[in-house]
Amino acid sequence: MNFPILSSLILLPTIGALFIFFVRSSNSQYQSSKYVALFITLANFFLSLYLWIVFDKSIVDFQFVEEREWISGFVNYKVGVDGISILFILLTTFITPICVITVNATIKNRLKDFLIAILILETFMIGVFCSLDLVVFYLFFEAGLIPMFLIIGIWGGERRVYSAFKFFLYTLLGSVLMLVAIISIYWITGTTDVIKLYELGIDAKYQNLLWLAFFSSFAVKTPMWPVHTWLPDAHVEAPTAGSVLLAAILLKMAGYGFIRFSLGLFPDASLYFVPLVYTLSLIAIIYTSLVALMQEDMKKLIAYSSVAHMGFVTLGIFTMTQQGIEGSIFQMISHGLVSAALFLCVGVVYDRLHTRLINRYGGLVSIMPKYAIVFMVFTLGALGLPGTSGFIGEFLVLMGAFKKNILVATIASLGVILGAAYMLWLYKRIIFGKLINEDVKKMVDLKRFEIVTLWLLVLPIIFFGFYPEPLINSIEVSVANMVNMNDLDKINKLVLGE
Amino acid sequence: MENLQLIIPELFISIMIMFLLIFGVFKKNSSQLVYNLTTVSLVAALALIINLDTQIQSSLFNNSYNIDSLARFMKILLILSGIFVMLSSSKYIQISKISKIEYPILILCSILGMMVMISSNDLIVFYMGLELQSLALYVLASFNRDNLLSTESGLKYFVLSALSSGLLLYGCSLIYGFSETTNFNQIMVNTKEIEYGLTFGIVFILVGLAFKISAVPFHMWAPDVYQGSPTSVTVFFALLPKIAALTVFIRFLYIPFYELGNQWQMIIIFLSIASMVFGAVAAIGQKNLKRLIAYSSISHMGYALAGLSTGTTQGVQSSITYITIYLVMNLAFFSCLFMLKRNDEYYENIDDLSGLSKNHPLLSLSLLVVLFSLAGIPPLAGFFAKFYIFVAVINEKMYFLAIVGLLATVIAAFYYLRIIKIIYFDPEKEKFESKHNLGLKFTLVASTFFILAYFIYPSGIVDIISQININ
Repeated sequence: MNFPILSSLILLPTIGALFIFFVRSSNSQYQSSKYVALFITLANFFLSLYLWIVFDKSIVDFQFVEEREWISGFVNYKVGVDGISILFILLTTFITPICVITVNATIKNRLKDFLIAILILETFMIGVFCSLDLVVFYLFFEAGLIPMFLIIGIWGGERRVYSAFKFFLYTLLGSVLMLVAIISIYWITGTTDVIKLYELGIDAKYQNLLWLAFFSSFAVKTPMWPVHTWLPDAHVEAPTAGSVLLAAILLKMAGYGFIRFSLGLFPDASLYFVPLVYTLSLIAIIYTSLVALMQEDMKKLIAYSSVAHMGFVTLGIFTMTQQGIEGSIFQMISHGLVSAALFLCVGVVYDRLHTRLINRYGGLVSIMPKYAIVFMVFTLGALGLPGTSGFIGEFLVLMGAFKKNILVATIASLGVILGAAYMLWLYKRIIFGKLINEDVKKMVDLKRFEIVTLWLLVLPIIFFGFYPEPLINSIEVSVANMVNMNDLDKINKLVLGE
Repeated sequence: MENLQLIIPELFISIMIMFLLIFGVFKKNSSQLVYNLTTVSLVAALALIINLDTQIQSSLFNNSYNIDSLARFMKILLILSGIFVMLSSSKYIQISKISKIEYPILILCSILGMMVMISSNDLIVFYMGLELQSLALYVLASFNRDNLLSTESGLKYFVLSALSSGLLLYGCSLIYGFSETTNFNQIMVNTKEIEYGLTFGIVFILVGLAFKISAVPFHMWAPDVYQGSPTSVTVFFALLPKIAALTVFIRFLYIPFYELGNQWQMIIIFLSIASMVFGAVAAIGQKNLKRLIAYSSISHMGYALAGLSTGTTQGVQSSITYITIYLVMNLAFFSCLFMLKRNDEYYENIDDLSGLSKNHPLLSLSLLVVLFSLAGIPPLAGFFAKFYIFVAVINEKMYFLAIVGLLATVIAAFYYLRIIKIIYFDPEKEKFESKHNLGLKFTLVASTFFILAYFIYPSGIVDIISQININ
């Protein structure tokens, strides 16, 4: 493979952004810059689809690896994909064009700047998922803050400044410790190359502190209870496309980081901290579900449900079983699609009525039947009904959890019920009920581009719900390798003194 | 005398000072011409330095004047910054009516002083250079003599700086007393064991130097002087003296007193931590951009000192890299400041930036890049500057310093974000003028491009700096 396909994936959006930036704008050309952005993101999607097709799913090693000297004698620019990261790249390139389509209705001013921000953000997101060097990873991971800060701050709602600052500072505070850890790893082992680090391993006496440093960053980004409070604010104030990207992809960076780095580099420490992660995950699942029940604001409700769903993800990852990790990855992909779709749905009604308060709606089924159908699919996807992708993820996570700890699994299962409760109640309050609000009667059903975007999301949710094979196939070997490589069972025995 | 050609750049600048002084006095209304000639002579001096043989490592004047790779690199940095400062501020001094012939000549004088400081290998030579640059700077700070703030800042700078020079001189005399020499290399030979007097000498000199680079707790002058001086002088203050003082720091700590590292390391660590944290916290409440950048530069000097405190070559190199990137960032920031002009009046309050992005998208984009870079967010150059520092610091297992430093970046991020918020999120105000002279535009574009594109080839500067050997 001589063609640097991963670097092209990373660079293509930036080139698009530069193109949009340098082409002089007048109002009439706003449309054309939108088409440029759409074209670029679609090209990126097909490129990553091609990558997925030619990707050999039966090989453990990282593929399409590119390595270039970067900071001489210290850090190499190294990218590559395995079965896990390729799915996240695919998710990123799939969601971004959808965001570009939605800008029509939601972004009223500075469309060009918005498109540039989204394209630059895509570069960083793809970079996070395929970097195979800790410093390169950190670079992409942190750089994503800049466009997201601007997206929330410039195009957000009323309290956008507060939310943007909270988002930026929380994440930055979490991440700086990770930088210390990365540099320490360099001095301990002499490299920041992830593949080499997998082979070398890190001395167990350093692992706990390093793990905590990485954890502080990923926990904020996931977000885990109790550092999740930035997420509802950021989601509520961000424009629709921003919320979609935040929920669908940015949160997944942390889950991905847990698998790739926390589990991969610090197996002993991961094992040591399992009780901590279990506890925080369970609190996230139960507590935030209860909080979600009480929300009056649609976006806030979905934001809290994201925290709960990510609780399942962290729980699954730290069961350290084949099923648990696979389930977590599946859950992340599924949540990426479902939450993106839910935010889009909220965006659709928000554009018409300009309120996100649940009690202002009601009885939409008679006014917007098409909307009611897609919204139903997404609601069922979010609560994990069999036949949607949400079910497979949660089921596998719980299976992994039951294998390890029945009590934890039982409590987590309660979260599924709560999830069903708040999602169905939300659906009931918005779609059914009496038509009271006069303004609601004037609302029009889905426009063409909305139908396209939403059905584009319905299809994979249902498809993967019935036929999860393609995704599972892709990650199976890598996850098995991850589980075996660290010989977790052996460590289990050591710790338990068997 | 045969190696006098090594100090040709210094000689050239001295001659130009005298020539321009006479020329300016005899030719009427020649202030603009003198200004341009000064810029040209700086370019010529730069060419002369680059032209020197890079292989030469030699000392002149009875081993009291060093021409080595460190001096060479720092002088190039110094003169380059000088050129860019001259280019970017030419319009400003005309409009604020401080365009007199003395202005560029004083700048040349202080640059000459700094060059002497950079090369000095002897306490007396070093002091001479220091005073030459300081005296010129006192006058420059109060150059806008009809302005109350400017005169106040000049006087304040003079009084406090004279005090610190006194301390420094006292330190020099103590060291002379205990080591019987003023030559750096000789001091190292003569001071094998620690004596109290010697430690006191080191402390006094460090205090004097800390004052020059405005490290906490010797920073009190910086905010007032930065705010009160004409902006063209502020940018000079923010860039050039830092280079010279940092070089002297390096020479002083790493040549005569390298063996006594345990004596000075704690002091540098304290200065570093205090500067990083105080600079970050105090900047939050500022309303004036120049005052804010004063606190920000205090904080940045803390990071540069963190690199020095490691006591390793790698640490020194990381400090030099840091100061290089710091110079570019500040240059870009001040270029933006020079562009905030409306009806022959310059604006320097943070509120004046309100909604800048709607009327001046390109200017605000550069400010955005510069501010994120100052905050140390990747992939901009400022991140790499901090990254090298922390790599060096963590290598020495100084985790406390590293973690405090990184937490200070988070605090600092807040006030940089606040400016970005005002530029991008707030309602717009009246337009600024959009016509600027070429030098200013070039400075802004070049420095912003450097910050943006640094990540593409980060090895370039590191490779050059890694060839600098200190001992």
